[in-house]
Amino acid sequence: MSATLDAWPFVIAAYAVTVTATVGLLGLSLAALRRAEGRADALDRQGKT
Amino acid sequence: MHRFANPARFVRLARPLTAWFGWSGIALLAIALAGGLVFTPPDYLQGDTVRIMYIHIPSAWLGMAGWGGIAAASFAQLVWRHPLAHVAARACAVPGAVYAAVCLITGSIWGRPTWGTWWEWDGRLTSMLILFFLYLAYIALAQAVGREEGGQKIAAIFGLVGAINLPIIHFSVLWWRTLHQGESIGLTGSTIDNRILWPIPISVAGFSLIFLCVVLMRMRTLLADAKVEARLRRMASS
Repeated sequence: MSATLDAWPFVIAAYAVTVTATVGLLGLSLAALRRAEGRADALDRQGKT
Repeated sequence: MHRFANPARFVRLARPLTAWFGWSGIALLAIALAGGLVFTPPDYLQGDTVRIMYIHIPSAWLGMAGWGGIAAASFAQLVWRHPLAHVAARACAVPGAVYAAVCLITGSIWGRPTWGTWWEWDGRLTSMLILFFLYLAYIALAQAVGREEGGQKIAAIFGLVGAINLPIIHFSVLWWRTLHQGESIGLTGSTIDNRILWPIPISVAGFSLIFLCVVLMRMRTLLADAKVEARLRRMASS
């Protein structure tokens, strides 16, 4: 490793990218699921009435 | 496998599994990342940059496993015409692409202090970049064909043909000896010291469970969308 470079900014950047991608993936997938299942449930209720 | 061909039965099973995979994945990741950032010593040569390994290896594994999932589901679609296979393949594509991108970015960040460069047209890096582009092409194709059966078959063939890249990625460090290091973790052992190695399997398991949680959520989303579309079509025709 180059002696002039501090390792921690690289480590922090790599972890930030990974955590942001993982949280974003989970959050967006959950939001899409809630929207889709909400639409399906609303149609189910509409069909029953 | 055909027991779960019924979407309603699949959703009943997937609902509790989604939460279970998600929470246990988060718990394992908390242990692995704390271990990787705090409780493991720095490497004698790379210093603290070696800590990037605890996120880079799982993202590389998931980038490749995601396409493995697409290929397996495509095979099930073409051979057994499993009704959920296309949904499963589509659900693997976005998380697979995300982790292939994370692998490329974290590898690039790791490369700068270790190799002195952000990027090199090395066999491993280039084949991984090709995998990322294959994901983008698959996502666009699957989106374009929608629920049309002939189009889904073309997407499945693309999923199977793209799997040729997986052994190329795996063996690239043996075929072309360039900047990327050779295999350090194999099925029979590892060249990494145990004091540094132990968080890796926990991290791989944690990220894999989160990946499965996302795949199940995306499968349920696609099935709910299909149900809404079918219902609206029935309502429009009656």
